[in-house]
Amino acid sequence: MNRYAAMFERLGDEGAFGAFLMLGDPDLETSAALLDAAVAGGADMVEVGIPFSDPVADGPVIQAAAQRALAAGVRVGDCLDLIARFRARHSEVPIGILTYANIVVARAGFMRDAADAGADSLLIADVPAFEAEPFVNAMEQTGIESVLIAAANTPFATLQRIAGLSRAYTYCVSRVGITGTHASGEFDAGLVERLARAGAPPPIFGFGISRPEHVRAALAAGGKGVICGSAIVDWAARGGDVAAFVRSLKAATRNDSATQ
Amino acid sequence: MRLSGRFGRFGGCYVPEILVPALEQLEAAFLDAQADPSFAAELNGLLANYAGRPTPLTRCRNLPGNIYLKREDLLHGGAHKTNQVLGQGLLAKRMGKTRLIAETGAGQHGVATAIAGALLGFETVIYMGAEDVERQQLNVFRMQLMGARVVPVDSGGRTLKDAINEALRDWSASFETTHYLLGTAAGPHPFPTMVREFQRVIGREARAQMVEQLGRLPDAVVACVGGGSNAIGLFADFLDDDVRLIGVEAAGTGLAGDQHGATLLRGTTGILHGAETYILQDSDGQVADSWSVSAGLDYPAVGPEHAHLKDSGRADYVGATDAEALAAFKALAEREGILCAFESAHALAHALKLAEAEPDSNILVGLSGRGDKDVQQAQALFA
Repeated sequence: MNRYAAMFERLGDEGAFGAFLMLGDPDLETSAALLDAAVAGGADMVEVGIPFSDPVADGPVIQAAAQRALAAGVRVGDCLDLIARFRARHSEVPIGILTYANIVVARAGFMRDAADAGADSLLIADVPAFEAEPFVNAMEQTGIESVLIAAANTPFATLQRIAGLSRAYTYCVSRVGITGTHASGEFDAGLVERLARAGAPPPIFGFGISRPEHVRAALAAGGKGVICGSAIVDWAARGGDVAAFVRSLKAATRNDSATQ
Repeated sequence: MRLSGRFGRFGGCYVPEILVPALEQLEAAFLDAQADPSFAAELNGLLANYAGRPTPLTRCRNLPGNIYLKREDLLHGGAHKTNQVLGQGLLAKRMGKTRLIAETGAGQHGVATAIAGALLGFETVIYMGAEDVERQQLNVFRMQLMGARVVPVDSGGRTLKDAINEALRDWSASFETTHYLLGTAAGPHPFPTMVREFQRVIGREARAQMVEQLGRLPDAVVACVGGGSNAIGLFADFLDDDVRLIGVEAAGTGLAGDQHGATLLRGTTGILHGAETYILQDSDGQVADSWSVSAGLDYPAVGPEHAHLKDSGRADYVGATDAEALAAFKALAEREGILCAFESAHALAHALKLAEAEPDSNILVGLSGRGDKDVQQAQALFA
């Protein structure tokens, strides 16, 4: 069984908590330590950004994280090394890559290298379902599971296409915009219902998760989990205790608190 | 999408899923408008009676060779940009949008968008790299005079590509009320096709004017290429003719170094700003900062149709350095009494080389914009 499926099985009714961090932010050693801190805090899965110079889907917090990593001279190969080292330390925690199309196409054999490093999934922020097929085919050949984004405004026919192309989970975005820009969690139970009808993999809500009540609201809307990105990256950049921050959000995924 | 949005292997629609419905709506509105005679009638009316089309074709009297200038510098707004902002502005109205956003490099597209916003009654926000805001102060003030708000962009290299990133971010959150009036024949489908169709008028007029004045088609058609809208507009109606098409990129301080904007000549293929095309980038796919004396050619990608025209061999792409462009700018001023934009001076610089090598060739040059915006910079450079 692959790591995501094993994670969902282990969690049962408990929501999955995904922690996002930008690889190489602010440097390679700190980045490796932050990944461990997220796991120590109870993250069930880790999502990692490979920094790109022109991250149009990201808001100021994630963009700044990418710029810090690039300014530190972090290369794509360094990011794959970070993943491989993480995999050596944590054999069961799913790790997914979030990046942009140009990073993927610039490196011949990107999917193979990612799979060899021990990555489980890949979400390419600027590849919508309309353009995804060749990328997904390449992932299939290496065992990397594809993740696509479904948004509240995505038509049902596209959700069906997304369902057909997605493997690990479905990254759900309730509201329009870019990462890190939502003041409060609003999560669309209708999107979850439509994804279920389309036969998509488990829905996980991203964008707009920064407080325990957002986590509870996302799970109450039918999400099987959440991914918290900008809030963790911002917390880490301010020198905060990432393990403690993750712990406070992870606590909100447990059954007793999800039903509050 | 009803069309593939591909030019050979290039183009496509590489945007976050959240933007796909906005682009589908835009494609549908564009295709419906193309089939609606009342849309063409309204646009043509504006182009003629508001913007001043047709623009003249001027045969140079004193420069060497046989150089014909398609005078988009005489269009209202001072550059070819006005053609397509009127088209997109009318489309935005058709879609019921109330707000326009745009990116701008030199400021020409920002000014053009401000014009369309004022004329057609939109709230208008222009994203402009902070460095470009500094080097194009007068254009910033022009936009403000016409009611647009100019937002300086401080991220990245603080130029055109960063302004595009910021406009895309705005649009991701605002597309229900807002049209992103992209300024060149680049970006995700349907922009490259749509902008080409709205700029096609340049080549259609120039072709007829060449036949009228010369009795035949030109031997070569030369245009500068940044994003590539004036070039694709000029080339479009010549694609099936036995006419050489030459795009001139910014060679900056020289193609051997890294201070240039020669995407097609020195870039490699990749995916940026919604399209598969040529990009200036490192081996990891991190996009490089381009450089040119002209802000309008300072862009590290290029419209995908140019990428296809290059790879298919239908068009040739060459470079003109800052120094060559400035010399051409000066020659046109001194010999013909025309101040052209630094961007257009790149096209003229190559045309002058061509005229020297082939004195009998008839060369059509896209004079895409006027030079008023560059006069202050020219004063400093020639001092």
